[in-house]
Amino acid sequence: MITRYIIKKLLLLIPLLLGITFVSFSLLRALPGDIALSLAGERAGQETLENIKKELGTDKDTLHQYTGYLKMLLRGDFGRSYYTDRDVLTDIALKFPNTMKLAFAAMALAVPLGIIMGYAAAFKSGSLTEKIIEGLSLAGLSIPVFWSAIIIMLIFSLGLKLLPPSGTGDIRFLILPACTLSIPAAATLVRVTRTAVGEVLGMPYITTALAKGLPLRRIHLHHVLKNAIIPIITIIGLDFGSYLNGAVVTETIFGWDGIGRFTMEGIIKRDYPVIMGCIIAGTLVFVIVNLFIDVLYHYLDPRIRLHG
Amino acid sequence: MDKRGNKALLPLFFVVFLFLLSVLFPLLPFHDPDKINLNSLSQSPGLEHPFGTDSKGRDIFARVIYGSKISIGVAVAAAFVSAVVGFAVGLTAGYFGGAFDTVAMSLVDFVLSFPSLLLAIAITVVLPPGVYTVMIALAAVGWTSFARLIRGRVLTLKDLAFVDAARSVGCSDLRIMLLHLAPLCFQLALVLTGIKLAGFLIAEATLSFLGLGAQPPTATWGSMISANRTYILNAPWMVLYPGIALSLTAFCFNLVGESLKRKYGLKEYSI
Repeated sequence: MITRYIIKKLLLLIPLLLGITFVSFSLLRALPGDIALSLAGERAGQETLENIKKELGTDKDTLHQYTGYLKMLLRGDFGRSYYTDRDVLTDIALKFPNTMKLAFAAMALAVPLGIIMGYAAAFKSGSLTEKIIEGLSLAGLSIPVFWSAIIIMLIFSLGLKLLPPSGTGDIRFLILPACTLSIPAAATLVRVTRTAVGEVLGMPYITTALAKGLPLRRIHLHHVLKNAIIPIITIIGLDFGSYLNGAVVTETIFGWDGIGRFTMEGIIKRDYPVIMGCIIAGTLVFVIVNLFIDVLYHYLDPRIRLHG
Repeated sequence: MDKRGNKALLPLFFVVFLFLLSVLFPLLPFHDPDKINLNSLSQSPGLEHPFGTDSKGRDIFARVIYGSKISIGVAVAAAFVSAVVGFAVGLTAGYFGGAFDTVAMSLVDFVLSFPSLLLAIAITVVLPPGVYTVMIALAAVGWTSFARLIRGRVLTLKDLAFVDAARSVGCSDLRIMLLHLAPLCFQLALVLTGIKLAGFLIAEATLSFLGLGAQPPTATWGSMISANRTYILNAPWMVLYPGIALSLTAFCFNLVGESLKRKYGLKEYSI
């Protein structure tokens, strides 16, 4: 059952990827000049240009060119950067681990913080604690990442000189961007956890558990958290997309050498092969993470059956 | 309206007030937001310039107030366009079902499977940069959640007796959709608009920050933060005030959205 579901989902990736590549192909076509030139860049040698032209069949119709473009992508040929003349896929493979490092560091901060605060808010419903957590989480959602990034950098690295302001490297470089990214993620998680836990707390089986005198710790871990976890996991998965969103801004500001900054530089320099490579890679990651979350449901909540 | 509803009006008043200030800007005794003044470069906040001046001697207070016109205006306009498009698609897809429904909902899934900012960025790359491009890019992503919500609502409504009754007295499909179903969905669409406003505001600011929004010298909060961030150490006010204005406005929108959510019982993760 579960393997069939995964296979079905992976098969659904095909139309999605076709859609994405079609969008990026249209983007290339919308550029002035030759499409082969758009892929290879102005600095490409005559030979490279001829190869791409042959591949795409620029003398033939649009559909033919699109299939040619697909073939190139399938071979892992995303084109070359206009500016560095480096292979786009190689660069993505180099920078991707850095972005993952940042995303996981941000998650490691946001998930415990968000769940604990959300849990506290639901448990102490109506109290001052809840109001404070509510206010904090709304504020966390309202402060744009690019601004909090600058302010955090101003305070902790330019002001207090505790950590380096920008660069890629060991954990000292990772802390500030990870904190920045974790703010909106934690804020969202607080809200979701509060709602989900609040709902479970109102269930009759919790009253039963309390009535028969189960220890509170057991009730919280086994009855409440276990039942509230599904929406929480969903949001963590969906948030992965917002990590990619946030990474574009955060990596640019903190000079972290990941996919986000790569995308941004590509956009600013109008380096189209880079932009498209990043969009395709980003979407792929997003979809695969969501698939992973779907499968995780299956193991966390046996009531959820994934139908293949 | 109950007490909760009234509480939501207060933050709304703040945003409307800010927006009115920016619209009535030429009538008010503020500095010219775009006037470069070489005699007042990078001045810290004082009596003459309450929020200080930027590296070109422009009054930050004036630019923050004036900037709210585009920042709030684009967010509201994008939310409105998203709501209208999503409403139309959701209503049609839900009512007729069939092939149109399948295509429309696949499109919704397709758009939602992108990280939203990347999609908006991709659109702004193709179109010439500017205010309208930002609006189109935000709406191109934003209509999807409206379409999905309204479609779900129409699906539950269309099998009810009053629709059958309307059909049996000879109402056309168009009449049923527009006069019988649409009015029952308006409230839901309005509520979702309120909830989504903060997101649109922050997205607009982010695109402006990345240089993909309104072009200089037009002041928007995002572009002010972006242009002045190199001076952050010596002149933090240049970045501080536009950011506070932006966060405060987003906070107000979020407060409005939050009370709407509670009032209409929409769950955090159902939209």
